[in-house]
Amino acid sequence: MSTNHSILAHHFADLDQQRETETFGMWLFLSTEILIFGAVFTCYTVYRLRYPHDFEAASAKLNVLIGSINTIVLLSSSLTMALSVHATRVGRQQMLLTCLLLTILLGGTFLGLKVLEYYKDYKDNLVPVLAFKPEEWTQVQGEQGPVQPQRVELMLVFYYVMTGLHAVHMIVGMGLLIWLVVEARKGLLTTVRYMPVEVVGLYWHFVDIVWIFLLPLLYLTGTHHAADLHF
Amino acid sequence: MSEPITPTRTYYSVFAALIALTLVTVAVSFVELGAWHTTVGVLIGVVKASLVGLFFMHLLHSSKASWLAVLAGLFWLSILMALTLSDYLTRPLLQY
Amino acid sequence: MSSAITTGFVPQAKPRPPRAPGENYLNVAIGVKSWLFTTDHKRIAILYLVTVTILFFLGGAAATVIRLNLMTPTGDLVPADTYNKLFSAHGIIMVWFFLVPVIPTVLGNFLVPMMIGARDLAFPKINLLSWYIFTIGAVITLWALIAGGVDTGWTFYTPFSSKYARTNVMPTMIGIFISGFSSILTGLNFIATMHTMRAPGLTWWRMPLFLWAHYAASVILVLATPVLAMALILVGVERAWGIGIFDPELGGDPVLFQHLFWFYSHPVVYIMVLPSMGIISEVVTCFSRKPIFGYVFIMWSSVGIAVLGFLVWAHHMFVAGQSVYSAMIFSALSYLVAVPSAIKVFNWTATLYKGSISFETPLLFALGFIALFTMGGLTGLFLAALGVDMHVHDTYFIIAHFHFIMVGGSVMGYMGGLHYWWPKMTGRMYSDFLSKLAALIIFVGFILTFLPQFVLGYLGMPRRYHVYPPEFQVLNVMSSAGASILAVGYVLPLFYLFWSLYAGKPAGPNPWGATGLEWQTPSPPPTHNFDESPIVTTGPYEYSVEESEIVH
Repeated sequence: MSTNHSILAHHFADLDQQRETETFGMWLFLSTEILIFGAVFTCYTVYRLRYPHDFEAASAKLNVLIGSINTIVLLSSSLTMALSVHATRVGRQQMLLTCLLLTILLGGTFLGLKVLEYYKDYKDNLVPVLAFKPEEWTQVQGEQGPVQPQRVELMLVFYYVMTGLHAVHMIVGMGLLIWLVVEARKGLLTTVRYMPVEVVGLYWHFVDIVWIFLLPLLYLTGTHHAADLHF
Repeated sequence: MSEPITPTRTYYSVFAALIALTLVTVAVSFVELGAWHTTVGVLIGVVKASLVGLFFMHLLHSSKASWLAVLAGLFWLSILMALTLSDYLTRPLLQY
Repeated sequence: MSSAITTGFVPQAKPRPPRAPGENYLNVAIGVKSWLFTTDHKRIAILYLVTVTILFFLGGAAATVIRLNLMTPTGDLVPADTYNKLFSAHGIIMVWFFLVPVIPTVLGNFLVPMMIGARDLAFPKINLLSWYIFTIGAVITLWALIAGGVDTGWTFYTPFSSKYARTNVMPTMIGIFISGFSSILTGLNFIATMHTMRAPGLTWWRMPLFLWAHYAASVILVLATPVLAMALILVGVERAWGIGIFDPELGGDPVLFQHLFWFYSHPVVYIMVLPSMGIISEVVTCFSRKPIFGYVFIMWSSVGIAVLGFLVWAHHMFVAGQSVYSAMIFSALSYLVAVPSAIKVFNWTATLYKGSISFETPLLFALGFIALFTMGGLTGLFLAALGVDMHVHDTYFIIAHFHFIMVGGSVMGYMGGLHYWWPKMTGRMYSDFLSKLAALIIFVGFILTFLPQFVLGYLGMPRRYHVYPPEFQVLNVMSSAGASILAVGYVLPLFYLFWSLYAGKPAGPNPWGATGLEWQTPSPPPTHNFDESPIVTTGPYEYSVEESEIVH
């Protein structure tokens, strides 16, 4: 099952040092991700504060149902990911494989629903440049008069950039998970060699955390008066 | 082994809390809260993110260095936001 | 299901492979594959040295044409569009493909594990990946710059870059974006190494200041680069999609791009200068035979520069249209950031005072750094004043200011470091006379090139124009003449350093009689650096303990 070679790299003194370093290294990488997503969140905040009513109107048209279902799907995938790490630590190979495959399935579900959602957005004329009709928005009343279609387009640009960037990270995560499945099937993920699962898990959970913030910021700002907006 | 192994019961409890908080976030968004919508949504998000970070990501048992990485990232992001907003939020104050 | 199975392997430290006498990291394996697939941090440093040197001379070639064009006020050498592409290429190559990487990837990669007492960096394979990513990014960018070019300047300001530019903006940004990952991975590697792999007895307070400088620079690399990445993505999205968040027609603000861009690009200048300052600390102590004056102050000032450097970015945007209240905040913070740099200069000077000085080549470069960096830094204080900046923004005053710091500062420091550690890296000494001559030529050439530019800027000559009013010609000719001298100074080391590889005197482990773990190994060092993990019992600059003779 397991091949007979030491997992301790030549430049580390012991496994504890190696594992601590690997965990720290991934956290450092995640802090760069905080900044890259944070940069676009900052831009979003600037415009959200400037054009609150136009942004709310745009947000009200986004698909809250799919967004919420996707949130639950992603949180579930975090659970199965955490369980994968647990399974590796206690040596339950079958559970590890099952949980990894479930995580992939849930991740795939998320991406599939996202594709469906983008398609519906396209059909609903919510894609700037490609499918957007300003005249559909000029009759919409925000709290301070008619909504400006250009500002709606601005919000939608953010929606696609932020969910798109998130989706790219999901796809990379799926690739990492597939690699883990291959390693698991070769019997290379064990009670001693568990760091690959832990480190991929950290990445996967982080991508989940980004979505946790995308939900209220993008989808839920307009729901409270979606009914009043007279679409 | 360096890190303690988190029991599965903890994972399931955290998951239940996360789902509950998600439902709360969505439900609350339909209630008229005026200007507080985003703040409430983000605050609940912070609680959820903390649960994921502490338990799923094992921050609770991680080295000080890992904590430093997270806190540094968040601190620097707050600098970016605060100082950029210091420009945009003070612009309406100027009358030319 | 199945009960717990304990598979896996009992951890054992890998036994050190036996080493033949005279074997070192250079001759342990030969052939292209042994270099392109190496994970040895020292070989990777050499790979970077080659790549970065080529890029330096390409950036310098662009500068040469610029200075030739500026010999005459009518700009007859190249048309305006070509001139715009030249200064853009010069800035892009020099910033991202020379100044940011050079010291961390060449000297940092080589020395960080050795100064820590480790066998390699924390993530050796990621180190190699970093070089590949850098090289690929460089190739893409160079292709874009040569096959058509960009004319946005290295600053890519919107809406020109996002909407109106008809040049190779997209591939250039893609190349820079890709090389940004290289920066992040290098910084990440250094931080992880310093946190978890210090030798027994090497506490944070005993680390050489070169390491502290690289730690601070790595923090900036890791936290600032992602914001640039996002800024470039957003411009790329606007170009590709035809719509974007900086578009005023949508209610967007082009100045928001500048906020994101400068949030990275101001700290980036500290990435360029902090490692250079680390070199100065090492060189000044060695050649005054004294412990550094105020270790704790220099250490905290490195950290202070890294933190404060993030708080000042909008001083590049005083005329851009930001709120005047915000401008005042940034102006005040910009005064603050000068303090830690000044502290360092005082401490280096105090180290030299009453030291046993020997004017070896590295010290000559270090002294040049201290003089020129101080001048450049003081002019930075002028610029932090809103009123002065209104007058000199986008003039040659700014150009002179940043060249004093980046070339008179960073590059001089790099040259000093290269000359200081060359014997360690190659096992050879270079010509003493020629290297001192090069240092002098560079210093004189630099002053002649850039001092007139302060005057030009103050008199009102704008930057990024291929023509200028005829009354500025004398100063421009002086500047171009200086540039030609500077070029000689930079080319000269190519010759004597190369020559030293074949005919230089063998260096021995410690030709300068310096303290530091890297000098405890043979020159060149063996692949694994240390036969046994060193145990550190003293602070970093215990020169009272060393013999005062310099042993060559």
